[in-house]
Amino acid sequence: MTDAISVRGLVKDFGPTRALDGLDLSVATGEVHGFLGPNGAGKSTTIRVLLGMLRADKGEVTLLGGDPWAEATELHRRLAYVPGDVNLWPGLSGGEVIDLLGRMRGGLDKQRKNDLLQRFQLDPKKKARTYSKGNRQKVALVAALASDVELLVLDEPTSGLDPLMEEMFRQAVQEERRSGRTVLLSSHILSEVEALCDRVSIIREGRRVESGTLDEMRHLTRTSIDVTLEQEPSGLDALPGLHDVRVEDTRVRCEVDPDRLDDALRHFVALGVRNLISQPPTLEDLFLRHYEADGRRSGADAAADSGANAGAGR
Amino acid sequence: MTSLKGTGKLIRLILRRDRWLLLVVVLWLAAAPVGLADTYQSQTAAERAEYARTSGSNPTFLALYGPLHSETAGGIVAQRVGAIPLFIGLISLLFVIRHTRTEEQAGRRELLSGTVCGRHAGLTAVLSVAFLGNLLLGLLVASGLSQNLPGSGALAVGLGFAAAGWMFAALGGVAAQLTENAGGARGIAIGSLGAFLLIRLAADTGGPGNDLSWLHWLSPLGWVTELRPFADEQWWVLLLAVALTLLATTLAFAVSSRRDIGAGLLPARLGPAEASPALGGPLALAWRLHRGLLMGWLIAFTVLGGVFGGIAEGVGDMMKDNKDLQNVFSRIGGQEGLIDSYIASMMSLMGLVAAAYSIQAALRMRAEEENSRAEYLLATGVSRLRWIGGHLTFALLGPVVALAVGGLVAGLVHGANMGDVGGELPGILGAAMVQLPAVWVLSALTLALFGLLPRVTAAAWGGLALCFTLGQFGRALDFDQSVLDVSPFTHIPQVPGGDFTAEPFVWLLAVAAVLAFAGLATSRRRDMGAA
Repeated sequence: MTDAISVRGLVKDFGPTRALDGLDLSVATGEVHGFLGPNGAGKSTTIRVLLGMLRADKGEVTLLGGDPWAEATELHRRLAYVPGDVNLWPGLSGGEVIDLLGRMRGGLDKQRKNDLLQRFQLDPKKKARTYSKGNRQKVALVAALASDVELLVLDEPTSGLDPLMEEMFRQAVQEERRSGRTVLLSSHILSEVEALCDRVSIIREGRRVESGTLDEMRHLTRTSIDVTLEQEPSGLDALPGLHDVRVEDTRVRCEVDPDRLDDALRHFVALGVRNLISQPPTLEDLFLRHYEADGRRSGADAAADSGANAGAGR
Repeated sequence: MTSLKGTGKLIRLILRRDRWLLLVVVLWLAAAPVGLADTYQSQTAAERAEYARTSGSNPTFLALYGPLHSETAGGIVAQRVGAIPLFIGLISLLFVIRHTRTEEQAGRRELLSGTVCGRHAGLTAVLSVAFLGNLLLGLLVASGLSQNLPGSGALAVGLGFAAAGWMFAALGGVAAQLTENAGGARGIAIGSLGAFLLIRLAADTGGPGNDLSWLHWLSPLGWVTELRPFADEQWWVLLLAVALTLLATTLAFAVSSRRDIGAGLLPARLGPAEASPALGGPLALAWRLHRGLLMGWLIAFTVLGGVFGGIAEGVGDMMKDNKDLQNVFSRIGGQEGLIDSYIASMMSLMGLVAAAYSIQAALRMRAEEENSRAEYLLATGVSRLRWIGGHLTFALLGPVVALAVGGLVAGLVHGANMGDVGGELPGILGAAMVQLPAVWVLSALTLALFGLLPRVTAAAWGGLALCFTLGQFGRALDFDQSVLDVSPFTHIPQVPGGDFTAEPFVWLLAVAAVLAFAGLATSRRRDMGAA
């Protein structure tokens, strides 16, 4: 399978500020790829390099097999972009914007447009100046999803949508995946990424810190255990790989490193288990671990983190 | 009266937000008439009679300032301040809309309604400030004028100002109820102000007692002049103004209490659900973005052409009556030469105005980049050059159309006045069109800045200001020729009347081409975006 997007060692400076610091990113053709990071991590800058708005200072960038800077116009006919903060021309109606953008891309599927307008409950006759933020976002989404293109680049596309419309958006992206299109979805809404994405890249301070399928990533992350025992626990201190341990009488709550899960469970079973709740790590945990790492890096935590990172680096 | 709860707090909020603006506007508008009173008070009776015969009966002056009711110093001052009620009306209505519909559209009214404010508090607060502010302005003007002029006339001028402010503040309050969009409300209110101005112009331009004088009574701006300060004041006219103010205020409150917050009385205009087949590329989009601006400037150029053309003949008349001027100008070609040099300098001014339009049109490109719409567009199959080309079409060809319209109207009006349209029109139209190469140098400068120094693209206005200063004051200030030569307008031949040579055009076009090329080449290579 070829890569729709391939970025190696991308560097972009704005004056003295380094926005991207050797970023890598690969998105396989046909996958929905989550692009995660907090504000200021470099997500939008990366996307703007991919769209040929910014010129890369260093590194290799390939988009749909071409150079996004030199061949911008040709490549843009094969992709559709939804910005995070959608600004539209105030005097044009929503319907006019959708048709105009479609015509300037590779064309528009009229049937799909009408279907999407209905599902997103968008009135295409209203002038853009009267749309709310959410409605402007819907205009951009309908224009992108109804376009006849290979690649969708979505930069935090649901930040103005209500939960019902977010669900509509998820369904629409699932359909895109089934029809074989590639989607790059930048987001910091983790549930959305968890629900939609085949693979995820997490970036931080202009660098990719983690990439893979969610299963692969979870494998590297602690499971949270909430267990009620038949007697007060003992010997927990001697168990390696246990974190954030809280004990109330016979109840123990803790986080367990993946490679120590077996040991921990054996220990609990030996003490007699009355009740056990185990939760897989959410993407949230994963995310937080990377962003809090600097803040509480000390002792055993630091050791565990560096272990996890070394594993992720592969 | 729970619907008025919080009015006091909102008044304080308005005063807090606009304290400097209000102070500057009130002092500025109050100071202008007082300065004029000094000037005319010191004139002799003969000088005033001369004023009444010339400026006081010139159709353009009558249209601009209104009728002259008395040949006293007070009467002349009252005429000369005749345009100020228009500005007071404009400022008052904009002020009311700014604190009502604009607030509502931004959602801030809803925020306040959720706390302590009654539904009429906002409208009451802004109208109170507007009414009291205008009264204060009127009293300041009256007390300033009464230093030198009779007290009752001074009071009439002041109350006339205040009345204009009251009426248009109240009408602004009505307009603010009508549309969801503040821009729409401003359009309605300014449109009605413009219509009342046109009615007054039609009534006044024919001089006192002409067949259309009765039209005065159809325009609030006409009522203000009918107060006749310093000429047996007709105080009862104030009752009309107060009645209109009360009527409009009542109407505004009535509509306000019937509608939902955020809604307008008139439904928001809808657009088409689908784009027409023509709307398919950057040029078609540029037409949609620029057509309103173009239409606005074409109206401005029509008016400008009409005024320049209309005054040209008067320039000749002025000389007929004045032996000294005649001697001065006979040296530069007599009456004909005087009119020619007047036309040439007016067309040079029109060229500067066309350059202002061109810069404004070109700057739209930068505005599109700054608010990220350009990025959104350029992420489709539109290349940067095609996108720039769309906007540039209007920055370069818009001034061609504007100057043609301005020159045509000026030529027709002046030709009609002289009874020789066929003889006057080509020369005046030509004088307008020769400005183009200089205009394009400034358009190209804007484009060059857009490519090379995008953050300071707006510095192109500085280039225009420089050209204006050099062109209008450069000779009077004795600037060296090499300094004057910096402005492209210096190189435009003085036509009609002067010698026409092609050489400066070649140079100006070459400079424009180099700047434009630099702008295009660099804007293809630089980073795009708001940052």
